[in-house]
Amino acid sequence: MSAAARPLEGGRRLSLSWIGAVPFFLYVGVFLLLPTAIIVGGSLLTPGGTLSLANFDGIDKPYMFKAFASSIAISSVSAVVGAFVGALLAYAVVTGKPDGILRRSVMSAAGVLAQFGGVTLTFAFIATIGTVGFVYVFLQQHGIDIYPNGHVWLYDLPGLTLIYMYFQIPLMVLVFAPALDGIRPQWREATDSLGGGTWHYWRYIAGPLLFPSFLGCTLLLFANAFSAYATASALLTQGGVILPLQIQALLTSETGSSQPGYAKALALAMIVIVLVVMALYTLLQRRTAHWLR
Amino acid sequence: MTTDGRATPRAGVEVRLENLTRKYATTTALDRLTLTLAPGELVALLGPSGCGKTTALRLLAGLEQADSGHVVIAGKDVTNVPANRRNIGMVFQAYSLFPHMSARQNVEFGMQLQHVGAAERRERAREVLDLVGLGPHMDKFAHQLSGGQQQRVALARALAIKPKVLLLDEPLSALDAKVRARLRDEIRRVQLEVGITTLFVTHDQEEALAIADRVGVMQSGHLEQLGPPTEIYSRPATPFVAEFVGLTNRIKGDVRGGAVTVRGTRIPLVDPDVTDGPATALVRPEAVSLASNGEMEDGPLVGTVIAVAFLGAMSRVTVDLGDTIVLAQMATSAASDTPAGTKVRLALRPDPVLIQREEPAATAP
Amino acid sequence: MNRSRRIKLQVFRITVFVVLGAFFLVPVGAMFEFSTRGNSINAPRTLEAWTQIATTPGLGDAIVASLELAAITSILMLVLVLPTMVWVRLRLPRISRIVEFICLMPLTVPAIALVVGVKPIFIWISNFTDSILVLSLGYVILVLPYSYRALDAGLSAIDLKTLSEAARSLGAGWGTVMWRVVVPNMPSAILNACLLSVALVLGEYTFANLMNYENLQVAIAYVGLTSAGTSIAVAVASLIFAFALLLILSFVRRPRTGVAAADPVELDLSKPLALSGAVYGRVGNR
Repeated sequence: MSAAARPLEGGRRLSLSWIGAVPFFLYVGVFLLLPTAIIVGGSLLTPGGTLSLANFDGIDKPYMFKAFASSIAISSVSAVVGAFVGALLAYAVVTGKPDGILRRSVMSAAGVLAQFGGVTLTFAFIATIGTVGFVYVFLQQHGIDIYPNGHVWLYDLPGLTLIYMYFQIPLMVLVFAPALDGIRPQWREATDSLGGGTWHYWRYIAGPLLFPSFLGCTLLLFANAFSAYATASALLTQGGVILPLQIQALLTSETGSSQPGYAKALALAMIVIVLVVMALYTLLQRRTAHWLR
Repeated sequence: MTTDGRATPRAGVEVRLENLTRKYATTTALDRLTLTLAPGELVALLGPSGCGKTTALRLLAGLEQADSGHVVIAGKDVTNVPANRRNIGMVFQAYSLFPHMSARQNVEFGMQLQHVGAAERRERAREVLDLVGLGPHMDKFAHQLSGGQQQRVALARALAIKPKVLLLDEPLSALDAKVRARLRDEIRRVQLEVGITTLFVTHDQEEALAIADRVGVMQSGHLEQLGPPTEIYSRPATPFVAEFVGLTNRIKGDVRGGAVTVRGTRIPLVDPDVTDGPATALVRPEAVSLASNGEMEDGPLVGTVIAVAFLGAMSRVTVDLGDTIVLAQMATSAASDTPAGTKVRLALRPDPVLIQREEPAATAP
Repeated sequence: MNRSRRIKLQVFRITVFVVLGAFFLVPVGAMFEFSTRGNSINAPRTLEAWTQIATTPGLGDAIVASLELAAITSILMLVLVLPTMVWVRLRLPRISRIVEFICLMPLTVPAIALVVGVKPIFIWISNFTDSILVLSLGYVILVLPYSYRALDAGLSAIDLKTLSEAARSLGAGWGTVMWRVVVPNMPSAILNACLLSVALVLGEYTFANLMNYENLQVAIAYVGLTSAGTSIAVAVASLIFAFALLLILSFVRRPRTGVAAADPVELDLSKPLALSGAVYGRVGNR
């Protein structure tokens, strides 16, 4: 990015050009890059300023291990189930009229619901299948108890996973529908004319074409669930069950924390995991980009 | 061409479309179409978009179902046979190659579905790809091939399953002009070599006339005329065909005694049994010649050249006769004598012409 | 497509829509039901919870604060991002990848992780003001990826270079180019970016909760501890509001038919294509 890289422009002109981008870089510098640097630096440096992994010491404690495992478990389950169900819904949508009212409303609803989460969503499920919830009461009146043995799993990891489906499925519809749109009707007809049936079409053509994209979208869903905090915070009364709640606990009781770098270490761990997953997602998307144009 | 096992010309089969009708919600796409393709023949269906030509092809392929009528291939009624059991090779307009397979894998796919053994599959794939001139590119993927190459692969893929019939649905319309002409000739060569009965759908008259044994001109779901290209061009059966195929001048005239008088020139009619009265004569540009020498007295056929379009060996001259504009087509050498602005006298060759009445009702006595 | 295949497909589609429709609509309906309950199981329906929205202490302030935050965030985002994107496209194209990378970065940094690094900065800011509105400084970062994509789509659809060169050759300065040329040519993209920002800010909980500010979502959670009916009523209202916003957005996003017409060659070739194009319905998702 040196002046030598742009030989056609004079130095004065060049410096003028840079001024236009300064406010933006200042802003993101303070509110995005500096915080990132605080996390990275705070977790990898000792107060003395030397590189160290000391801040990660607490991560091998059993409760931390459990939080990691729980986070990964609910993210995986909600991603895989959400991806399957979302793909079905996306298929049902794209096989309808391209500009029809149904497609348009499902897509905008998906746009809202994929962003939906946190307190509102938690309340919605408590009002539905909580112990005084509408559906729970209705089912109980008809002899169905969704909480046998009195274990109200809504307030536990299974409940959290179920609630996550409410934004995972719509997100899948949003990200997977373009891939389905890229499937051309000629491919089906070509398969027909070559003597293949529905099974052959899905097994040899549509399946292999969609699979990388499907896998990529599943990873995106994983990252999405892994990053989610508000829903768990509002639903789970017990603290620290999943990784974001561990961070919450560290932040809210921070004043006297003996290890100020610990929260940052956890944050960095989260960022790294999400980063890896997102990189894989990008890789897979790029792979199919010229297939499903 | 019988140098090896493959190139034995397969005796083509007869294909019959009988009274095919297909209605959509509001329109009739195909209205009792009857058409027979002789074994090994290439028939081109030509017409504007929405004329039903693609519907006819899709009914033959089995991709759509007719409301009534029959499809008979090699003497067997296949009207109710699904597309994947008709053994028909099909080339689509564009983008029909499976993008995750190489050219060879695309070609082998159909044979795989027919449970052809791997070795034979490989060999036959190479043969058909060589046949379409793509042998060197057989391991490339669709996105690495040009549009013309993709269509060659599509043709190879369709032929690899040894189909009874070959269907081509506007296979050239997504390509640029130069590639189009070359691939058109290539398709014809391959078709003759394989000897397969072929239906070729297009909206491009030049393409249809150049490639087909017979051309069927369609309009509003029915055949206007079916015949060899020369006949379609020089003896159009209906005004629609005359106007759709080639350029046509519409000149007002007067019908009397089986001939039409146009601006003082008497021209015989294709169909002399018409009532007398005013009519529009359809005159081909090549039936119009012009002279620029000698005195130019004002007359019904004297006008001014307003444009000369150079088309290569031929040129097209646009002449303004005052109340109408006439196109004349001639050798470029002849046209160079009459640049724009020249005053010219037209002559109309007395080839039989078609006429069109202004109002259909006016023809009734 | 043959008839039996079409029927099978329709059965599949209807099943999917009914089952998933229930999954997504029942919880919202249940919230309505819950928010209109009386004090006991057999009490008649009442709108008491809804009327209490106005009188519940703190709730009104939080609603106003969240709406203000939404407005400030949108404006700040536009002022910061749009001129930069235009400037980069016209004058600094070689850093466009960097700008894109930065703008999309918040997608890979979870808000719960980002807040760890942002909190020290906000603690420092709180030395100068204790207004909740400073949260919008952080929200601009959270909405960055979405607004970047929306604006990028808008900018890609217009020939920015030619338009700005034409304007400047007529004597316009950069300010005039922005206001009179760029902005009027991409109203839907700008609206798009703003609506997305508004929706995101109204639903934001992580930053506010962990930095001890009381915005709408924090207030709902707080009120929920004492009066579930009222907080659920607010939740329903905010949900419907967000849905309305995004519904507007989806209609703003109608496909542009004019763009294809710009290229006569493509138009000519794609004529027969246009028919089959309708089948796979690419509306212009980039």
